[in-house]
Amino acid sequence: MPALFTAEQYRVVEAACERLIPAYRDHPGARALGVATYIDGLLGAFDSDPPRIWAGGPFSGRFGGDAAFARFLPLAPLEELAWRTRIEGSLGIPEREFNGPVTGWQEEYRRGIAALGEDFVIRDPDEQDGRLDALAEFKALLYRHACEGAYAAPEYGGNRDAAAWRAVQFPGDVQPRGYTDAQVSDRD
Amino acid sequence: MTDCDAVVIGSGPGGAAAAHVLAEAGWSVIMLEKGRNHLLELDPPFGPTGEISNDELKFAFRHFLGPDPFLEPRTFRRTDGDGDRVFTGDVNNLPSGVGGGGFHADGKLPRFREIDFRARAELGPIDGADVVDWPVDYDELEPYYAEAERLVGVAGEAGANPFASWRSSPYPMPPGPDMFGAVLSSAAATRLGYHPYRAPTGVNSEPYDGRPACNNCGFCGFFGCPIDAKGDPVGPLRQALRSGRCEIRPESHVSEILLDTTGKRARGVRYLDAGGTTREVAADHVVVAAGAFETPRLLLRCAVANSSGLVGRHLTFHFQTLVVGCFPFRLHGHRGRAVTHLHDDHMLVTGESRAAARAAGLPYFRAGIVEHGAAAGPLTEAVHLPPGELHSRLMLDSPLRDRLWVFTVQGEDLPQAVNRVDLDPSVRDVWGFPAGRVTYAPHRHEVACSAYVAPQLEAILREAGAEWTITTTSPPVDGENGAMGPAPASRHVMGTCRMGDDPTTSVVDRWSRFHDVENMICADSSVFPTAAGYGPTLTLVALAIRASRALAGLAALRSRRPEGA
Repeated sequence: MPALFTAEQYRVVEAACERLIPAYRDHPGARALGVATYIDGLLGAFDSDPPRIWAGGPFSGRFGGDAAFARFLPLAPLEELAWRTRIEGSLGIPEREFNGPVTGWQEEYRRGIAALGEDFVIRDPDEQDGRLDALAEFKALLYRHACEGAYAAPEYGGNRDAAAWRAVQFPGDVQPRGYTDAQVSDRD
Repeated sequence: MTDCDAVVIGSGPGGAAAAHVLAEAGWSVIMLEKGRNHLLELDPPFGPTGEISNDELKFAFRHFLGPDPFLEPRTFRRTDGDGDRVFTGDVNNLPSGVGGGGFHADGKLPRFREIDFRARAELGPIDGADVVDWPVDYDELEPYYAEAERLVGVAGEAGANPFASWRSSPYPMPPGPDMFGAVLSSAAATRLGYHPYRAPTGVNSEPYDGRPACNNCGFCGFFGCPIDAKGDPVGPLRQALRSGRCEIRPESHVSEILLDTTGKRARGVRYLDAGGTTREVAADHVVVAAGAFETPRLLLRCAVANSSGLVGRHLTFHFQTLVVGCFPFRLHGHRGRAVTHLHDDHMLVTGESRAAARAAGLPYFRAGIVEHGAAAGPLTEAVHLPPGELHSRLMLDSPLRDRLWVFTVQGEDLPQAVNRVDLDPSVRDVWGFPAGRVTYAPHRHEVACSAYVAPQLEAILREAGAEWTITTTSPPVDGENGAMGPAPASRHVMGTCRMGDDPTTSVVDRWSRFHDVENMICADSSVFPTAAGYGPTLTLVALAIRASRALAGLAALRSRRPEGA
């Protein structure tokens, strides 16, 4: 179950992201990578405590050490103010509006998904691309988040099984193992 | 009765060096840092917090090192004619947190050369720029360079750079392993007559000062080090804490420098703590080390130390020329220290470069150090690609990451009084203080010099095997938005409280002491009279050590120039 999106909204986001990062040869598409789950987790970051903003450290466990990335770090009060404002918008709260009102990502997504239309998921790819192109600002936001969901560490909810890293031949976080000197200097 | 002998504003490389020197001299030190502490435990044995990780999203996209541009926006305009601003957000942001502007750096720590302190005397004036000689020369600074290298822990190879100035001692550590891409690019540069060398780097190649050797994880530039193999500035900070006389207070935002009734002495500072409560520290001395952007912003905000009217002026960056080459095979630039080789050839004034400069109507060209380095991580690569099938295809082929090699020229940026940091008339930070604003346009020297060196660098990359090459600059040269935005992307910020003997033409004296406030020094790159073409960190640390020793009444360090050097 998505944290923030309705099931319908989730499917629209998933289909839209697949157009932005489609499956191609060995590269999994946004759907297989769980990109919509990542975005849902970002918009609903404050459903968890600590919020899902900064993954923990120092190691993920993928190359040794304890698997600490999944233990998210607490935010300081000002950092919570910044991230809540980014996600929820300023909502008329004076502390969030020291440089004026801010529209949050939750609202941008509500509007963007509505504008793509309930029937977006059943339209053909050309029609889907056309609808995305007509919403340039939302498309840019969605693309940025889709990239994050595809290539950020899996603990953030996307990049399922680190499949995107494998596809692009990037090993990801490698502490505490690192690389040998020969791996740094030699051709392979 | 004061709370401490010295209060240090800022915990970056300069503040850390100052705190270490003063605490070692027996002073009690309170260090105020406006950002958070992710760097080290503040209780013995002052180990790592465990919060630093190989995480591109957290570091490069989610402002983990601060400042968050929502909480602390900065603004930018090229000239006064642009109106109040053309951009609001991240402008030359260095990390805001314990460790400051050392936290994110991949730790290239070159020294300046002798000529960099006396470019005006040796090369003469240049129209439209305020090039001046430093009141300090290389020989006087050399022992402080050596001390800075020992304090931070620099790995390097003495004698490898034929253009380097003399040294009194070897590097504390040998260099780490060469990156594969740099093996190719440095060999090609050598074949074409240039002189690449292994970069002096503040990253351990062997255990040093209780910290381990680097294990080449590759998350170096723009990341903190999860295993403490980078010494700047965790090394000096930890040493300061171990003295038992230094206390670090994170999330403490200095709002005001307090002067006594004469107006000529500082009596301490006022700051806001994490809960927003106003507090004061009464101190016998004040060390301002907030960085060359935040230092003038603070001084201008509280109208301190500015009888010259020059606080914030003569702002310099490095004019970055980024020359990239795409190779037909993978370079695995994600392994190793991000940059392992440099060459200095393009900052030399030669007969050939003088002729090219004259043809452009300038007396000389001085570009900067050339860093042989890798591209960024896959998330940064991804957001620069177009969406759609092309995205997935290019991510698989990786022409912009795994097959890319980059020469970054840290081009000397000539000082101009109109280039400055001041206070934005309406944009505010979360505490309600005016945002800092940059007004900056490069001198035509930087633009013409960049155009002169770029083809030479493209030729090196083609010699190394690149299939295609392309050059971009930051700031962009056409006056429009470039790939990295309108503002200079450089994190090398200098010159905003320039050093000199005359209080009407400079802000601090030759000991980095403010002309107007006798018990206050500046320990960051604000004091640089000129920018040179090298990363500023080692020089600012050397100057901070020198200024702090003088403040504490310690003898000047001396070193001996080797015979024949």
